[in-house]
Amino acid sequence: MPELKRTLSHLCLVSVLMLTACAGQTKPDETLYQRLGGLQGVTTIVDNLLYELGSNEKLIGFFAETDIDRFRSKLIEQLCQVSDGGCEYTGDSMAQAHSTMSLDQSHFDSLVNDLIAAMDAAGTPVTAQNDLLSRLVPMYDEVMHPQRYLETDSPS
Amino acid sequence: MVKPMLCFLSLLCLGSAALAESTSKILGTSALSQLEGASGGGIVPWATIGGYGSEGEWGAAASISGVQVDDFILDTGTVLVGVNNRLELSYAQQTLQVEELASGPFDAVIQQQVYGLKVRAFGHLIYERWPQVSVGLQQKYNQNPNIAKDVLGADSDQGTDVYVSASKLWLHALGGRNVLVNATARYTNANQIGLLGFGNADGSDYQLVAEGSAALFLNPHWAVGGEYRQKPDRLSSVDESAWWDAFVAWFPNPRIAVVAAYVDLGTVALWDEQRGGYVSIQITN
Repeated sequence: MPELKRTLSHLCLVSVLMLTACAGQTKPDETLYQRLGGLQGVTTIVDNLLYELGSNEKLIGFFAETDIDRFRSKLIEQLCQVSDGGCEYTGDSMAQAHSTMSLDQSHFDSLVNDLIAAMDAAGTPVTAQNDLLSRLVPMYDEVMHPQRYLETDSPS
Repeated sequence: MVKPMLCFLSLLCLGSAALAESTSKILGTSALSQLEGASGGGIVPWATIGGYGSEGEWGAAASISGVQVDDFILDTGTVLVGVNNRLELSYAQQTLQVEELASGPFDAVIQQQVYGLKVRAFGHLIYERWPQVSVGLQQKYNQNPNIAKDVLGADSDQGTDVYVSASKLWLHALGGRNVLVNATARYTNANQIGLLGFGNADGSDYQLVAEGSAALFLNPHWAVGGEYRQKPDRLSSVDESAWWDAFVAWFPNPRIAVVAAYVDLGTVALWDEQRGGYVSIQITN
């Protein structure tokens, strides 16, 4: 009996895992860009993010000299490219954009929190949020250590 | 025990509003408070540093938990401080109540204190390719060792566990959901995490044991998972089995985490098939 009880509880857990995996399935031909709501969805996410950043005391200082209109349009372009929306990002490389900021992990964490809040407010589905984050996270090293990338870009 | 702990938690709750330090870590990445006070799952310490303090910040957490299985109850209160997402200091007070010993020559209550230290060695839970790897110590003092030493043949009333944990959160990993995996190797001389003393008739008898956890985040607020903790079986008088749990964790916001679990502690001293429930509430500053 105890063995049965244990087996049942394990089966239960496995079925919960399988159900959630099923619930997360998406149409195979749909790009992330489409799941983010296309241009309108990505624009809403970026506008929400700017709103979050505007009240983020940790990060607002970095935008003192920023041309917000340009930042906004380049970020929309970048998120479109990253999510297979067929755009070409024409802005600075991540290393160039962050080269003078001396960011630490708390800045990166704080930005990720703001982006999640922006996506929540835009009603972005959780799986699309996770997908976008998983495509942005590989930029971590370049954002945090821009000098490594700039040195290799310019041969001396 | 539970009542003063609850009062303590509500005080902390009030205090945490006043102490609302600016902390930046992502929801859930403080993890939970495991039975011995370290940031982790319910029974396994993870490589995470407790609290929501990122680099240049600090965070604190307090928890109360109760395990109720067929023949005993284990209440635990914990506090921890995480600094710079690098260093974690923790304290746990465990109280084991054994129903059947209530009228006998031995302690029906066994109390133990655990002082913990954990340092993140390298890596990052989410952002870097390598998992986050931390090393930790748990210094344990059993206050009621008479059963363990006089009856069961344990060598000592205190001991030190050393462990290495590797944890990684994969984004968009399973059905679009995020998955956390943790593996821990522990070098320990504790019997039943120290509640039945340390070592045996042959001395301290340190052994290496393996522990693991896996969790699926259904969304940022809900996670389901399971844990396994291998145990030594060094006392000749009684058996000791591995521990299992299956849990549901809820992170409504960065201040609170609630966990409910089904636990299977196997054989504990004279009592076999010890299965039941585990509930824990954690407050974070």
